[in-house]
Amino acid sequence: MDPENKKPEVWTWFDHPRNIKRLKIGFYIILVLLVIPDFFIHKHSNFSSVEAWPGFYAFVGFVSCVVIILVSKVLGYVLKRKEDYYDS
Amino acid sequence: MTASMHPSLIFLAGALLLWVLPLLGRKFVILLVPAIAFLVITQMAPGTFYGYELFGYDLHLLRIDKLSKAFGYVFTINAFACFLFALHLKSRYEHTAALLYIGAALGAVFAADLISLYLFWEVMAITSTFLVLARKTEKAYRAAFRYVMVHIFGGLCLLAGILLQVNATGSVAFDGFSLQGLPTYLILIGFLVNAAAPPISAWLSDAYPEATVTGGVIMTAYTTKTAVYTLIRGFAGWEILIAVGCFMAIYGIIYAILENDMRRILAYSIMNQVGFMICGIGIGTAMAISGAVAHAFAHIIYKALLWMSAGAVLYMTSKSKCTDLGGLYKTMPLTLIFGTIGALAISSFPFLSGYTSKPMIIEAGIHEGFFWVWLILEIASAGVFLHAGIKFPYFVFFAKDNGLRPGEPPKHMLLAMAFLAFICIFLGVYPQPLYDILPYPVDFHAYGFEHTLNQFQLLMFSALAFFLLLPLLKRTETISIDSDWFYRKGGRWFYAGCAWIFNGINDFGDRVFAQKIPSLLNRFFSDPSRSVQKRTVQLIAGATGNKSQVERRNEEIDHRTKALAYPIGGSVLLAVVFVAVMSLLYFN
Repeated sequence: MDPENKKPEVWTWFDHPRNIKRLKIGFYIILVLLVIPDFFIHKHSNFSSVEAWPGFYAFVGFVSCVVIILVSKVLGYVLKRKEDYYDS
Repeated sequence: MTASMHPSLIFLAGALLLWVLPLLGRKFVILLVPAIAFLVITQMAPGTFYGYELFGYDLHLLRIDKLSKAFGYVFTINAFACFLFALHLKSRYEHTAALLYIGAALGAVFAADLISLYLFWEVMAITSTFLVLARKTEKAYRAAFRYVMVHIFGGLCLLAGILLQVNATGSVAFDGFSLQGLPTYLILIGFLVNAAAPPISAWLSDAYPEATVTGGVIMTAYTTKTAVYTLIRGFAGWEILIAVGCFMAIYGIIYAILENDMRRILAYSIMNQVGFMICGIGIGTAMAISGAVAHAFAHIIYKALLWMSAGAVLYMTSKSKCTDLGGLYKTMPLTLIFGTIGALAISSFPFLSGYTSKPMIIEAGIHEGFFWVWLILEIASAGVFLHAGIKFPYFVFFAKDNGLRPGEPPKHMLLAMAFLAFICIFLGVYPQPLYDILPYPVDFHAYGFEHTLNQFQLLMFSALAFFLLLPLLKRTETISIDSDWFYRKGGRWFYAGCAWIFNGINDFGDRVFAQKIPSLLNRFFSDPSRSVQKRTVQLIAGATGNKSQVERRNEEIDHRTKALAYPIGGSVLLAVVFVAVMSLLYFN
């Protein structure tokens, strides 16, 4: 739209499989690093002692998301319609 | 201290000025108006001003306390950023609608009584509709129509509630409602409609994504957050709001995950975020209320930032569906960075503004010992990262490259995004200025080591779930049925059903009363005496079983009728009897 931006610079860093692999490895390392301190510090709990277990929040985050994705997948079969559903 | 300038007046004056100024002047006006209003609000001293009398009640247009000021600040800061984003627009019409809409939102926030509130409430509904209409597409016209109908419904609930409330208590005061009854429930429904609480929530995800690029950005902040403000003012501590809030938080996530249109994803995430706030209002302790205000403040900023990045993409590509987008990081890296800051802030990523506000609400729930609230809000927090934190940037800027190579948006758009991104980071790193303007003093420290670590774990493992289950999240070219089905499809079916029933009755009536009966009567009265005689002969024959005479009698009757050979005396006698009966009937 803007004439000065007609030929924008093109970045392709994320298109290289090697970079994606690096990102993945970095991501997994971060995940491990995040759980390790749980084994060494005393964690507080609000409702149940389970919360103080190492990696509790990692577990909650992962399981919540898996459940949310699966539930919405199932609901999708019921709720999803073609885009022109309301037009006809 | 005398009354200060009313912030709404500044917006009204700005809206009027737009119609006499040339383009350059208009650009100054739209930036100056929110800036001046912000300065005016910083100088306001507590109290109520701008009194007037209506229907025998003392009303006030300006109530200044910490709560109304907090919303006043964020409304004007956000307005400044939004108008900076919309600086390229030449349309007087759209800017006028936006200025009046924001002015009315400020008016509703500062209104001291129910009647003033209602007046501003309705002005908001009408002016915001024009921001959808300004898109000038058939879809937008229809969505705007549905949008305004729903808001008229909500406004009528509110009006009915206010009238009943004033009638019952004799007071127009707008403070915390203590009595639960029909009046307060109606007011609550009126507020909840604007807060996009299910089941009357679909107007948001229906209309906002059909608004113009800049109109969408502007609308995200005001309608729902004005409703949040009024709920805090009137319904703090009403426990039903905890349930409503928790439901909204999850509901928004599920629909956002099903959605394909990027701005509709962000619309559903508004519901999710407002859910957190409403939950805080329901908890109702000092910390929960302060948390809800802080979250509303942070939310307005990062949500506008997200809508700006989506708006910039829409502006540059004219596309808004995830299936059409993808790979935009290649030519829009700055938009990606700003959008990602907004996405991480909404996910309450440490060192961004969502992290210094939302956990306050969860913490308040823990203090009250609400296990389920805590659990649902933690799950919802993970889900936010899923749908808004990763899904939005991933499918728009990465994922499948659809070959789109737009450049960055115009500089003023980038500047507006940079401004809001800065606020997100600033409030994430140094939230004290935000905590200072909250209605209740807070003792909340977001950056304990354990708390921060927990949050990082929650978010990063949510990200893991996202990437592992990516095949399940593949975008489809679909829409999802929401509660607007009832008035979009259900309404049509209702119409068809009514048409079938009432047109059926109409047809039946036409056949029987307009065609059959008149033709019968017609046949009878064409020759009444013959018809009566023949019928009598037939009846007698039927009764006696002697049918041999019927044919002959009929011939006799026909003959007599043709020859008009009736004994006169009989006719006279019949006439006398008839007149006698009539006179008995009428004159007795």
